[in-house]
Amino acid sequence: MITVRRGGVAVSLLAAAALMLSGCSGGTADDSEDTVKVGMLHSLSGTMAISEVTVRDAVKLAIDEINADGGVLGRQIEPIEEDGASEPAVFAEKAEKLLQSDGVATVFGGWTSASRQAMLPVFEGNNGLLWYPVQYEGLESSPNIVYTGATTNQQIIPALDYLREQGYTKLYLVGSDYVFPRTANQIITAYAKAHDMEIVAEEYTPLGHTEYSTIANAIASSDADAVFNTLNGDSNVSFFQQLRSAGVGPEDVPVLSVSVAEEEVGGIGTDNIAGHLVAWNYYQTTDTPANAEFVAAFQEAYGEDRVTSDPMQSAYNAVYLWKAAVEKAGSFEVDAVREALDGITLDAPEGTITIDGATQHVYKIARIGQIGEDGLITEVWNSGEPIKPDPYLEGYDWAADL
Amino acid sequence: MRTVDTINQLLAQLPVGLSIGAVLLLAALGLNFTFGQMGVINMAHGELIMVGAYTAFVAQAWVGLPSSYALLVALPAAFAVTGLLGLALEAGLIRHFYGRPLDTLLLTFGIGLVLQQLARDVFGAPNVSVPAPPWLAGGLTVAGMHLPYARLFILALAAACVAATAYYLSRSRSGRRMRAVIHNRDLAAVSGIAVRRVDAATFFLGSGLAGVAGVALTLIGPTGPTTGTNYIVDAFLVVVVGGLGQLRGTVLAAFALGLLNAMVEPWSGASLAKVVVFAAIIVFLQLRPQGMFTVRTRALT
Repeated sequence: MITVRRGGVAVSLLAAAALMLSGCSGGTADDSEDTVKVGMLHSLSGTMAISEVTVRDAVKLAIDEINADGGVLGRQIEPIEEDGASEPAVFAEKAEKLLQSDGVATVFGGWTSASRQAMLPVFEGNNGLLWYPVQYEGLESSPNIVYTGATTNQQIIPALDYLREQGYTKLYLVGSDYVFPRTANQIITAYAKAHDMEIVAEEYTPLGHTEYSTIANAIASSDADAVFNTLNGDSNVSFFQQLRSAGVGPEDVPVLSVSVAEEEVGGIGTDNIAGHLVAWNYYQTTDTPANAEFVAAFQEAYGEDRVTSDPMQSAYNAVYLWKAAVEKAGSFEVDAVREALDGITLDAPEGTITIDGATQHVYKIARIGQIGEDGLITEVWNSGEPIKPDPYLEGYDWAADL
Repeated sequence: MRTVDTINQLLAQLPVGLSIGAVLLLAALGLNFTFGQMGVINMAHGELIMVGAYTAFVAQAWVGLPSSYALLVALPAAFAVTGLLGLALEAGLIRHFYGRPLDTLLLTFGIGLVLQQLARDVFGAPNVSVPAPPWLAGGLTVAGMHLPYARLFILALAAACVAATAYYLSRSRSGRRMRAVIHNRDLAAVSGIAVRRVDAATFFLGSGLAGVAGVALTLIGPTGPTTGTNYIVDAFLVVVVGGLGQLRGTVLAAFALGLLNAMVEPWSGASLAKVVVFAAIIVFLQLRPQGMFTVRTRALT
């Protein structure tokens, strides 16, 4: 009896040791010398697949380009793809799998704040490195995440500056009922208070809501001169269709959206949304040499009818930023790469971007765009200089209470 | 003064409530047949709506009909397409699961997922755009209330569908057979009615109505692989509150829920309005589990 047990313990100890060994070797670099494994973790199924598949395509394009160009530190990138399935819990589970059993050097992925927050403890616990490509609500800065999308002071605050410059002072806030719109509207309300603007109303609808008659009528009969829209996903289609039916056009009350990009405009219908405004850091029409190459390469890889959007571009940049950091560090080791992050610059499609090592966010130019009849977005305003990321809004007096 | 304001505001919400009701009614009308009358917990109903919506897309983008009348062509086309699809599902799969409600639930849920993925493969994951006919763009203003033409069209379409089904059920031979099978299946069978054929016809009709709803919903909502999931829960609520298999119950329940939603929303916001409607439904079903109307039947079950 006892001997058998001892044998069992010995076997399991051996197994554990083997696991640890494989874990160690996998954690830093791959056993085979000619490839390096990276994780791609996007929702390929479920409600977020619509958006996240486009980001996956952009990441894949960057990896293919780098591989064709000789790889990173002479090694080919070997992407390992997992499906987050639009479920935060699945994101956490797959992130754990990528870090522990695949031993990837880094992971590109995530879209919703819920998925990022679910993955955060996994990356911190395993000392992994996640590149998160989407604009978000700020108030976060993890040493294990690099945020290549905009934080609030690079998107929402410039958008408010723009509206104020144009003479809009009465805002109607419409948003989906979850963390990003509620945080964004808190910031907007504080900004309005400090800058003599008026918030006429603040309305939230459940995710996936399709009935906007009441809100559209309320906007039509209110004295608001602009709408700040933080609706997410399909709801935008119903909102813009029903707003137009209610007789509200962009010349009466322009709607400024922060979650509507090129990819969504097609589904909303250009006749419903043409003339309205959006706030991002990149548009397909952004005029830089790097963007001309990016759009051409993307359409060659995935089809002439495909459009490029801000999150796709941020995800594409992430792969190149990671490559630059690895080369600067001379190592795939997470700690070494993190040390190397500060000050890395890239001539990206959106212009020159630089990583701020302290927050692990990126300096970006803010851009306001207007949606055209052809479904593309043209820039009507930009911030000129790249804006320093300030996820906790420490540089704004009025935001002290947030 | 205050009460006058309140009454005015309630009146202004009246057309909104009616138009929400009309959308609910269209979405639930087909389900009234497949779930209400046949007892099939048809989770794929939303996907049949989705197929109808894509029929409107195909009529414009692939066949190339101009948007001015593509919608009108798409309505009967969608009825035929989803009707036949429903018929095929009934004959090929669902028929083998009659009398096993839980298995049917899983089966139709699976069918729904398969249809969603098919739509994703054929049309791509992003939503597609189905431009509304130009003559449905604006709206008219009556006594200070703005009535969008798109909503009036949906209201008229819902009324037409209800009238047509009511006429079919009460006046046509096959409609009367359908009612006979609902009231007492065994007695209908021994009276010489081919109950299997009636089952198939009922499923065809219910699925076809889902297609019609899908076309109409392109006017006010997104058209994408998950379009159906936006409406399926509401459709079930309407059918259950109205009473299974009861046409007038479905009509009344749809407008009651639509009006309640519209009346509550200006004060509470959209999220809470949904909660209030759900709470009202729970209370109502506690008091009247069978719904507004029930079939008077001699069957003991």
